Amino acid sequence: MSGTPGAPAAGPVARVRGFLAHLRLNGFTVGPAEAEAAVSLIAAIDPPDAVATRLGLKTMLAGERGEWERFDELFAAYWFARGVKRTGTIRSSAAEREPGPPPIWHRVLPPGAQADAVRSIEPHQPAGDKGDAPETPAPTVASRREALMRADLGRLSSANDIAEAERIAERLARALRYRLSRRRLPARTGDVVDLRRTLRRNLSRGGEPVELLHKNRPERPVNLVLLLDVSGSMRLYSRYLVSFVRGLLGCWLKADAFAFHTRLIHLTDVLREGDRRRAMDRLSLIVEGFGGGTQIATALKTFNDRYAREALNSRSVVVIMSDGYDTDPPEMIAAELRRLKGRARRLIWLNPLLGWRDYAPVARAMAAAMPFIDCFAAAHSLASLAALEGEFARV
Amino acid sequence: MTLDFKPLQQALAGVGYIADDGLAMALCLVVGLRRPLLIEGEAGVGKTEVAKAMAAVLNTRLIRLQCYEGLDANATLYEWNYQRQLLAIRAHERDQLSADAVERQVFSAPYLLRRPLLESISQETSPVLLIDEIDRADEEFEAFLLEILSDFQVTIPELGTIRAQSIPHVVLTSNGTRALSDALRRRCLYSYVDFPDETKELTILRARLPGVDERLAGQIVRFVQLLRREHLEKKPGIAETIDWASALMGLDIRALDADPRVVQASLLCLLKTEADLKSVPPEVSARLIGKVA
Repeated sequence: MSGTPGAPAAGPVARVRGFLAHLRLNGFTVGPAEAEAAVSLIAAIDPPDAVATRLGLKTMLAGERGEWERFDELFAAYWFARGVKRTGTIRSSAAEREPGPPPIWHRVLPPGAQADAVRSIEPHQPAGDKGDAPETPAPTVASRREALMRADLGRLSSANDIAEAERIAERLARALRYRLSRRRLPARTGDVVDLRRTLRRNLSRGGEPVELLHKNRPERPVNLVLLLDVSGSMRLYSRYLVSFVRGLLGCWLKADAFAFHTRLIHLTDVLREGDRRRAMDRLSLIVEGFGGGTQIATALKTFNDRYAREALNSRSVVVIMSDGYDTDPPEMIAAELRRLKGRARRLIWLNPLLGWRDYAPVARAMAAAMPFIDCFAAAHSLASLAALEGEFARV
Repeated sequence: MTLDFKPLQQALAGVGYIADDGLAMALCLVVGLRRPLLIEGEAGVGKTEVAKAMAAVLNTRLIRLQCYEGLDANATLYEWNYQRQLLAIRAHERDQLSADAVERQVFSAPYLLRRPLLESISQETSPVLLIDEIDRADEEFEAFLLEILSDFQVTIPELGTIRAQSIPHVVLTSNGTRALSDALRRRCLYSYVDFPDETKELTILRARLPGVDERLAGQIVRFVQLLRREHLEKKPGIAETIDWASALMGLDIRALDADPRVVQASLLCLLKTEADLKSVPPEVSARLIGKVA
């Protein structure tokens, strides 16, 4: 692939192909058909004009708002080697790929994680909250925490357990899936003949019921929206939570997933990728700054402003997975959650810290968020996720 | 084929539609490549108007299909005119025509009610087909639409296959209340229309309301621009700006700071929900007016 900005391949057609590869790396869905159309489009712009070309290609190759907004930057980066520097690379051949989790996970979870769990816990202390007395653990609690953490990490290390997380997610999904509506609505097929509409429709045939119209109780799929915190303080849990999210998406008709640390990133397409390792690879590219600080409220605001209208309806269940350590002011998270609650039916907050004994939601953001949460549950281990089933069934 | 969007942009301006370069290029491609264009954007940024302006520029018919929940293929393609068929059968009862002959007659073109999609492919010159608010229709309809948009032919069992005489210029709009399928997105060209900036909105306002006072127009546009930055449920679109401007002209207001009480009352042209109206009390509007006056 010759999609490296700054070193484009020779020849106009090859360069266009390189540009499309560059777009693909950045998450665009473009194929050979688009390549052909793009080449003929560029040829058709006469006299050649950079602005017209950019606008034309943008119209042709972007498919949704996010792509539309990023296109100009990507265009300038490729053709004028300007601005954007790609931070990750995708190895071109699958053969080069070494077995095991993708590199991003090495950073989050070093291979020897199990052995030196204690050391890898240290960065877990959320930097922003160090000064706040309430959530700084007393030393006695800390030792117990370490033991618990070790147990958590031990579970994480095997591939079986990741599969287990996905299986649990699937079970939960089934518990939630469909609720039948009470009303009957006109439908193409149904168990009851809609007498009124049948009569009306067949009036033109002298009242002979030639065409039967039916009604049925429509299935109302519960609509699930998942917001996953991937910031530094969550890094121990992110991995299996990602598997959990992936499991929910896999068997869900209507589900959307987002990750956030200081920004909000739409994950659904990435996690729907069939191959788990490739999904994680792509995820690692997208979640740039993974393990940085957290701005929950800012992320929620982006969600409310940009995606909420499309993603949420009155049957939506929003699941936020976060420890609630936020660097934004707590009033802001309260305001954003209020907006979110106005659009969704239920708000579930899964907090890994809740699994610890003696945990109380005293982090300021968490305390501010509490009034808006319908269900506040633990998510520190697979067992705690499995225990959610009853909770989900009641939604 | 050469593509140049400037002439089209000027022609659109001639019929009162101010399109930015991106949108003009998109429309130019619609005409040049004969591919459908999907336009997304907030309500009231002029998505539907695009199609109307296009039809005016190309001097062709505008055929509009308004989508709604439960819209099905019948309502968009064709239906048989049952009443007329029944009448014809009754009328032929005395003619001793054979049943076959009667059937052939009542299932012929004159008894066919053409709905927008069929109508749009049976025109001699390419019409503009506007499929409005596609996000309101069901997913099944979206799939059906994809088929029509790729083949441009319709099969009616009694009549046979009708092929398009001319391929229509298709414009789809979406307000983003539902995520559209990737298949539809891939088939279409894409354009996102944002709220216009101050200069563009002022140009639009002048084009639409030629009689508007220069100073007032500037104030109105700046006010609306500021208002969009407030936290509102529904941000006012261009249509609202134009409504409000004509309301203010009708109220004989020369400047926003002249009569704050009337201006406050007229805000209902811009703010369409109760919560939004409440979130802009007189103090807020006074602050905004202070900034623009």
